[in-house]
Amino acid sequence: MIRARGLVKRFGEFTAVDGIDFELHRGESFGFLGPNGAGKSSTMRMIGCVSPPSGGELSILGLDPVADGAVIRARLGVVPQEDTLDLELTVRENLLVYGRYFGLSRETIRERTAHLLDFVQLSDRAEDQVEPLSGGMKRRLTIARSLINEPEILLLDEPTTGLDPQARHAVWDRLFRLKQQGVTLILTTHYMDEAEQLCDRLVVMDRGKIAAERSPRELIERYSTPEVLELRFEPDRHQVAADKLASVPAERREVLADRILLYVTDGDATLAAVRSLGLEPLTSLVRRSTMEDVFLRLTGRRLED
Amino acid sequence: MAACTRELTRPALPGAVFAVRELRFWLTDYRRTWRGSIYSSLLNPLLFLGAMGLGLGSLVNAHGDSSIGGVSYLTFLAPGLLAATAMTTAVGESTYPVLASVKWVKTYQAATAAPLRPADVFHGHMLFVALRLTMNCAIFLAVAAVLGAVQSPWALAALPVAVLTGVTFNAVIEAWAITRSRDTSFAVIFRFGMIPLFLFSGTFFPITQLPAWLQPVAYLTPLWNGVALCRSLSLGTATLGGALIHVGYLAGLAAIGVAVGNRTYRRRLYV
Repeated sequence: MIRARGLVKRFGEFTAVDGIDFELHRGESFGFLGPNGAGKSSTMRMIGCVSPPSGGELSILGLDPVADGAVIRARLGVVPQEDTLDLELTVRENLLVYGRYFGLSRETIRERTAHLLDFVQLSDRAEDQVEPLSGGMKRRLTIARSLINEPEILLLDEPTTGLDPQARHAVWDRLFRLKQQGVTLILTTHYMDEAEQLCDRLVVMDRGKIAAERSPRELIERYSTPEVLELRFEPDRHQVAADKLASVPAERREVLADRILLYVTDGDATLAAVRSLGLEPLTSLVRRSTMEDVFLRLTGRRLED
Repeated sequence: MAACTRELTRPALPGAVFAVRELRFWLTDYRRTWRGSIYSSLLNPLLFLGAMGLGLGSLVNAHGDSSIGGVSYLTFLAPGLLAATAMTTAVGESTYPVLASVKWVKTYQAATAAPLRPADVFHGHMLFVALRLTMNCAIFLAVAAVLGAVQSPWALAALPVAVLTGVTFNAVIEAWAITRSRDTSFAVIFRFGMIPLFLFSGTFFPITQLPAWLQPVAYLTPLWNGVALCRSLSLGTATLGGALIHVGYLAGLAAIGVAVGNRTYRRRLYV
């Protein structure tokens, strides 16, 4: 449904997206994972046909986003990074106004509004002004609004950034249902748990380039170990401990500012080896590898820095 | 594949359809505030025509009316104020609402995430302002007529002229306002653009009273062109040639504003 080849976006001297290739198929749930400034939003804006590419090829629904932007956008749903709701209108009016942008009849909008508000659990707030709603409610309303034209592809730019954990889970739950219904999703995120939960296929972006592309599980299998041992020492012992740990067998080790990570197959066995060296960490944690580890491995940086 | 592509490719709708969709958005928004806006549209001509036209006018008339064309000051003033009201309405609607739409609330971006293009958003907003201008100017003209400030039935034709004057300001200032990232320069426009025009474009006194070197400048201002034509229509002294020049000048400026705005809106909304 979307095909990009050598896609580039420049802003003056700055290259935000530096020649990326990707393809998106119908019914897929596709994610761009990366830190702020990786080029995720610029890519999304190009797909949303509100940002002409500076180079390369991009085809959406078989059409050219520059020449056929209006036609493509009629078939997309967009949840932008920052809400663009009309705060002074009511919840219902926001859907009415937006539905009209697509040329939908008042009747159609009314029917869909009832259904969509039910879906995002805002039916009881239909006649309320948007301004005082919580961030999570506004986000859910934006999602409802993006579905008013029954889009073939739903674009979500950091759908849960800035939400508290509870509100985030509510949004994830709704998005997961959409995915189950077969809606094609494309989302950007810098939360690895979001990417793991919602995406069938992930692109890891860093500094405008694609660092890796696979399913979350494959990425973890390929770029990390089954388990990770996280060790924390007193700050003044941190570096000494890091040096000593070099003798502990591990596929890879990462010395972060506050923690030391050992990438191994068996975390408990490694912890025993650490202790046998006479090192007693303040805290230790054996956990499974996550997308965060993949990201660290691929880019040498943490996601939420 | 070919069949699939043909099915997918639907011709885009004409821009006017999209502009009307944006107009409907503004109308939905306006539904909340229209009552208040009607009161101020009524109050504005009552205050100005009362204080300046009747109050100050009694002093002016006492000194003879030859310099203002042998009519009462109220009659002289009303059509000038009509055009000036169109200007102030237009400037108000073309500044803060534009920055609110593109920066503070981002309703423009909501529209361009849907099928609307930047130019559609611009034109739709202009349609709404044109509607507001028509309402405001019609109310003004009605109040002026009730106060006896209108001499000729041609004054009805002053309504579209006043609206055109406003549309000209609207087009030019919106085209510029969309390029702003902060609202500080709006105050400058009000203080050093709108108020001097308001005072020195023949609204309150004929520009023949201005120093000779300043008069050519006044002739070039869009407000004077609007004031002059509204006044001659209201007094029943308009000529076809003069009317065409004024209308042509205003329409030409408006067209430039629209052409520039099509570009500046695109540049701001398609980053």
